[in-house]
Amino acid sequence: MAGQPVLELKDVYCSYGKIKALKGVSLKVYSGEIVAMIGANGAGKSTTLMAISGIVPIEKGDITYNGQSIKGLTAEALPPLGLCQIPEGRRIFPRLLVEENLTLGAFYRSDKAEIQKDLKRVFALFPILEERRKQQGGTLSGGEQQMLAIGRALMSRPKMLLMDEPSLGLAPLIVQKIFDIIHDINQNEKTTILLVEQNANLALQTAERGYVLETGHITLEDRADKLLDNPKIREAYLGE
Amino acid sequence: MVIGLIWLFALLWPLLSIHPDGTLSFFKAFKVWSYVASAVVICVFIYILKKSGSLSGIATPVAKTRDRLAAYAGTLPTWVWLVVVGCFALSYPFYTDRYSQDVAIMVLIYICLGLGLNVVIGLAGMLDLGYIAFYGVGAYTYAILNTQLGLSFWMCLPIAALFAAIAGCIIGYPTLRMRGDYLAIVTLAFGEIVRLILNNWMSLTNGPNGILGIKAPAIWIPTFAGGFSFEYFYLKKLYYLYYVALALAIFTVIAVYRLNFSRIGRAWESIREDETVAELMGVNTFLLKLLAYAMGAVFAGLAGAFFAARMRFVAPESFSFLESAMVLCMVVLGGMASIPGIILGVAALIIFQEAFRELELYRMLVVGLCMVLMMLFRPAGLIPAKRMGTRSEEKEN
Amino acid sequence: MEYFIQQLINGLTLGGLYALIALGYTMVYGVIQLINFAHGEFFAAGGYMGVILLSYLAGIGFMDSHPWMCLGLALVLTMTYCAFLAMAVERVAYKPLRHQSRLAALVSALGMSIFLSNGLMLTQGVFDKPYPLQFAEGGFSYGLITVNVLQILIVALTAILLVGLNILVFKTRIGMAMRATAQDKIMSSLVAISANRIIALTFALGAGLAAAAGIMVGLYYGSVRYDMGFVPGIKAFAAAVLGGIGNITGAMLGGLVIGLVEVFGAGYISGQYKDVFAFIILIAVLYFKPTGIMGENVDDTRI
Repeated sequence: MAGQPVLELKDVYCSYGKIKALKGVSLKVYSGEIVAMIGANGAGKSTTLMAISGIVPIEKGDITYNGQSIKGLTAEALPPLGLCQIPEGRRIFPRLLVEENLTLGAFYRSDKAEIQKDLKRVFALFPILEERRKQQGGTLSGGEQQMLAIGRALMSRPKMLLMDEPSLGLAPLIVQKIFDIIHDINQNEKTTILLVEQNANLALQTAERGYVLETGHITLEDRADKLLDNPKIREAYLGE
Repeated sequence: MVIGLIWLFALLWPLLSIHPDGTLSFFKAFKVWSYVASAVVICVFIYILKKSGSLSGIATPVAKTRDRLAAYAGTLPTWVWLVVVGCFALSYPFYTDRYSQDVAIMVLIYICLGLGLNVVIGLAGMLDLGYIAFYGVGAYTYAILNTQLGLSFWMCLPIAALFAAIAGCIIGYPTLRMRGDYLAIVTLAFGEIVRLILNNWMSLTNGPNGILGIKAPAIWIPTFAGGFSFEYFYLKKLYYLYYVALALAIFTVIAVYRLNFSRIGRAWESIREDETVAELMGVNTFLLKLLAYAMGAVFAGLAGAFFAARMRFVAPESFSFLESAMVLCMVVLGGMASIPGIILGVAALIIFQEAFRELELYRMLVVGLCMVLMMLFRPAGLIPAKRMGTRSEEKEN
Repeated sequence: MEYFIQQLINGLTLGGLYALIALGYTMVYGVIQLINFAHGEFFAAGGYMGVILLSYLAGIGFMDSHPWMCLGLALVLTMTYCAFLAMAVERVAYKPLRHQSRLAALVSALGMSIFLSNGLMLTQGVFDKPYPLQFAEGGFSYGLITVNVLQILIVALTAILLVGLNILVFKTRIGMAMRATAQDKIMSSLVAISANRIIALTFALGAGLAAAAGIMVGLYYGSVRYDMGFVPGIKAFAAAVLGGIGNITGAMLGGLVIGLVEVFGAGYISGQYKDVFAFIILIAVLYFKPTGIMGENVDDTRI
């Protein structure tokens, strides 16, 4: 686990319109880990991921990926480097077919044969998607869309995944299934995952380490099991 | 950006300069192209210099003196300025010739138009591209009522305003529910429809020939020749018309100023900033938008009636989309929602137009260029509007 | 009855042209939610460039030997030229304003439109520029119905272009990228689609089609004017809205409908007010069914 972190944020400041959303966020994610970031609504969790992905510009600080700064890069440059985000709300392309959504995940790649293989692998992982492959993305249920979004991300052969609230709006059974899949991806493919979640319980159970974000600052950083036992966390985020 | 500009100009050149009669007529095209290119290049150059700070040697002392002047000017209460401007305006005809008075009248008419359009765009935030239709409605109302029914100017003025307001409501009712981009093009379509009606409805409007023989405004003045009585006096002299125009302009300025700082103005501002939130706050957005639209139309109608009286002749060509665009440019140039800004914008464009009479044909080209440049470099206009109060997030910093 | 069929043919011809122009509006609105007022000027530019090229080719004698090849060459060159012109305009006047208010972009587009059409007026002259008329000869008649060879040409060419665009957008990878960008710009950049490139491509395609329409209009009506982009521009936009803004199939259908309505309206109701029909359709659609007959295809997500 030690060594250079795959992803590191150093004292990142960033604004969302006129509002200062991140005020000095620092975090590290090491290879092969699942790291959770929990916090209340509006704390800045999604903004953090958007900043990493280059959608929202950073005012101060730096973000490095595998040691290289990715601060000024546009979003399109990241999937080829192996960094892929599954944004909040799934954001699948509603009027594109399921298989088109998936193929787009591999857009930066040109190796057609391998893409077809990956498509088959995704279908094996999510058989329901194969069933619905010719349907428009917008007609899928919430859980199916989440699977589609994950499948699409997998098509880019990511080394690191940024996941923004995968449990949002989904029924508990499906949420459990999704988190099992997240766990499997991490175990089988050794994909590093930074997981942003409001459902702190599940997130901290799946992750190894956790960060707590409150109004733009990291207020706590620890191993996930320690955080689960932490009384302040239990009170604020685990409903006790 | 600069690369794009170079690209654009390089591409535009063959289109503009090569003539299909087989000849490469460089001269004419080159002249135009070089004017435009040099103007834009100079602007961009200055902008880039400014950004990189190289101009600070000149810019900072200029800015300092400007600030010092502004501070000094600020110490004088506003009313002093108003009095000075007022005296200038009132005494203007006494020391200027016909031509300058003519220009001044044009400026005053366009001030009314610009401020009226400002009510729609600057205060309520709706882009109206068919605004000139209301101008036309006002002008034709007076024209028809005067030539057919012999009604006097002063009687027709409120009627013209009323008709313009009604036209505003008719056009506004379907359009105001649409989103911003669609609103723009639908108002454009309506403006064209009005122009087409004016052009084709021969029985009412005499079509493209226009209406002639419109009488000037007239007032009763007392005479003492042969006993005390009133004489019906036509205000045919240009300087009389100047004062009528001045009165209209002052009325418009005061009205718009009061509207801006009234509850209605505040409601309009909320609609402009975020319509959904305004609706949630209980603001009846539709009615207020309609009101803004109608009020803007009223000012145009008044200006239109005056225009008809001044020219004594109206024709559909005066009310085309290009006129609308010109008024829009004045508003954009001067500063949306800023009364002094718009006055400046109007003055700048009209004076530019008159000063460069030989370049008359370039008028619209400059208008178009102006609009693009203003949006790129200074979207708030030359004299931006002052906001009332600060937003809470800005206070946080 | 024969009058009806004649009008039908005329309407389809006109409709095809409107469809070509409408596609530019609809595609651009689909990706960046901007009504590109300057699009009509790409149409006009196409017309002018076409006449320039054709006259040049006639001048060097190429026309006499291979008239149809000249036409094809002129078409291809003009379309390419206008595509680049559109990309340049986008780069200068729209790209810097992408994160500003909608109003700013609209005003800029309007300004660009005025600038371009007046630029044309100043340099190319206020008067119409005639097109070589040799292409207009020929055709066939059937009773009272005459079909001009130009009409056949226009319909055929339009059909080819429309089918080509369809294939590009719905069957190729880049077309998929275009559709994705129209639906969700941010997500498409997260899958490594460069929004800037797609937007430039969209402008280029739209302008190319409009340019083709411009040449055909020049051939069909015999001349071009500097302001030929204004009214057809509004009508084409009406067609785009009718079909559902952002929807490519919709724009094609919308164009045909507007063309037919205009021709039939002029023929059976009133010739003077023929422009008004399209305007009325525009207003009616936006009032009663703003999403158009085939539904919109716009990025209505926010960050």
